[in-house]
Amino acid sequence: MVPTSSPVDAHDRRSFPVGPVAAGQASPKGGPAAELWDATLRLGRREVWSGLTVDIASGEFLAVLGPNGSGKTSLLRVLLGLNRLASGTVTVCGRPPRRGSNTVGYVPQQRAFDRDLPLRGRDLVRLGLDGHRWGVGRPSRQARRRVDDVLEAVGATDYADAPVGLLSGGEQQRLRIGQALLGDPSILLCDEPLLSLDLHHQHEVSNLIDARRREAGTAVVFVTHEINPVLPLVDRVLYLVDGRWAVGRPEQVMTTDTLSELYGTTVDVLRVRDRIVVVGAPDASNEGLCGAGHHHGSDHGGC
Amino acid sequence: MFLDLLHEPFVHHALLAGAVVAVVAGVIGPFVITRNMAFAVHGISELAFTGASGALVVGIDPVEGALAGSIVVAVLIGALGLRDRERDSVIGTILAFGLGLGVLFLSLYRRYATAAFNLLFGTITGVSTAQVELLAGGAALALLLLAAMYRPLVFASVDPEVAEARGVPVRLLSMVFLVVLGFAVAEAVQVVGVLLVLTLVVTPAAAAQRLSARPGMVVVLSVVIALASSVGGILISLTRAIPVSVFVSSISFGCYLVARLVGSRLRLRSTRRAAAPPGTAPSPATGATVAVGTSR
Repeated sequence: MVPTSSPVDAHDRRSFPVGPVAAGQASPKGGPAAELWDATLRLGRREVWSGLTVDIASGEFLAVLGPNGSGKTSLLRVLLGLNRLASGTVTVCGRPPRRGSNTVGYVPQQRAFDRDLPLRGRDLVRLGLDGHRWGVGRPSRQARRRVDDVLEAVGATDYADAPVGLLSGGEQQRLRIGQALLGDPSILLCDEPLLSLDLHHQHEVSNLIDARRREAGTAVVFVTHEINPVLPLVDRVLYLVDGRWAVGRPEQVMTTDTLSELYGTTVDVLRVRDRIVVVGAPDASNEGLCGAGHHHGSDHGGC
Repeated sequence: MFLDLLHEPFVHHALLAGAVVAVVAGVIGPFVITRNMAFAVHGISELAFTGASGALVVGIDPVEGALAGSIVVAVLIGALGLRDRERDSVIGTILAFGLGLGVLFLSLYRRYATAAFNLLFGTITGVSTAQVELLAGGAALALLLLAAMYRPLVFASVDPEVAEARGVPVRLLSMVFLVVLGFAVAEAVQVVGVLLVLTLVVTPAAAAQRLSARPGMVVVLSVVIALASSVGGILISLTRAIPVSVFVSSISFGCYLVARLVGSRLRLRSTRRAAAPPGTAPSPATGATVAVGTSR
């Protein structure tokens, strides 16, 4: 563990403004969707990252990369108001994060549901509307219509009444996105939403997320092991390694120089057609440092 | 003779107690299955046995003893093993020790040989008015708590990660749920005994899940099946010298078998509807070819 944080912010954020994506249609309220300033996170005695300064504009797609245990999921938990910073500040839509806030939508990685689980697609989506409220709840036509609208928006109407345990991973993730969109969030936090999906479904699910940010100016923070499936959508990359970090556009961060400095060893970054291949990054997925709550399989090599 | 029995107060007590217990067990059952806690139910019921046999030795009402035993152990399970992987080993450990204590208490209690038998295999016919009131009070409290936390409990049970992200107090709910489960199990022990608690707490819900995928409907069906098993079992047992648990478990198991038969057909139908949404057919291509495809 290297407690010293050395932000490798080689490229000043201001000199590289957010890409043209959706900036025009994005809600012109101004102000970032989320902002971390000199933020330090400790879990137990371990310093996960420190001095982290990054802001996420409306409609921006920020990919968060890094080995297991580098605090990617913890970053999402900070934005969700589930983990508190040891120092520094964090705001979401100009305010400190609050648990259960509607301004934040959360899409987790796909996981298998029990085949017998008594829950239909529409029930899973509906949980995003009032699943956190106390009581039994009454049937409401308005709530039903909102769920129907969202189901249609994510293209899940056809299997809305099927048990979730019988749906494919891609179908489940569409429902997850629908669930997250019910609160009409300004920022969408995605934690490895493509993991264990085949490439076809990876493409569909990431396009769905992209469509939402283009239409509604929703900012996207996208934690992933694998940048290539979303590379065409990514505005900026936040790369976390052992408390060090770098942020910037993919072509700035995903370079041999920057990643070698982050990892503290020689790491080669190759461009193969439209893909980025990272060679020589210590395979952190075997370290088992899962303080950040990660439990991913180790089937991913470099990025 | 059967009709005469129906006018006896002890039969009324038994039926009332059986119905109350069945409603609570039926409502909590689907949560037990979704949260993967059948073993916890078994563990709690063994400790209800310890509590009840301890109460016999000290000379208090064994129903109160069972309630105390199961709630103590529910709190212990909640406090010691909140993570899934640890939970079963914690329960196994507590269960074994508790059962040992229970055997000790029974060997100290020499007045009735049948007391042990009744606790293990169920005795509903000896329920007093006071005990029915105690059971009904406990049931009302359990149902009230379950109703109050229904939606967040569903959320936390099917999708704990997202529920937490939405601000649901997942750990608190899991604690409260265990206590309510302690209530429910201690009540079910009164009808079917320690060893057959799962027949009211798990079997009806398991059957209901085969018949519907709608969360609310599963609760309703589970209650109906639990009621039919409990009340039906008590009625049949009136004319036989066989413990009531035999009939209760037979009826609920019969319902489960029927539900599996009928349910597999329902399930096939819903799969077929979901099978071919346009444009979502999984790509048969291997990774390499699709990778070029996504890069367009």
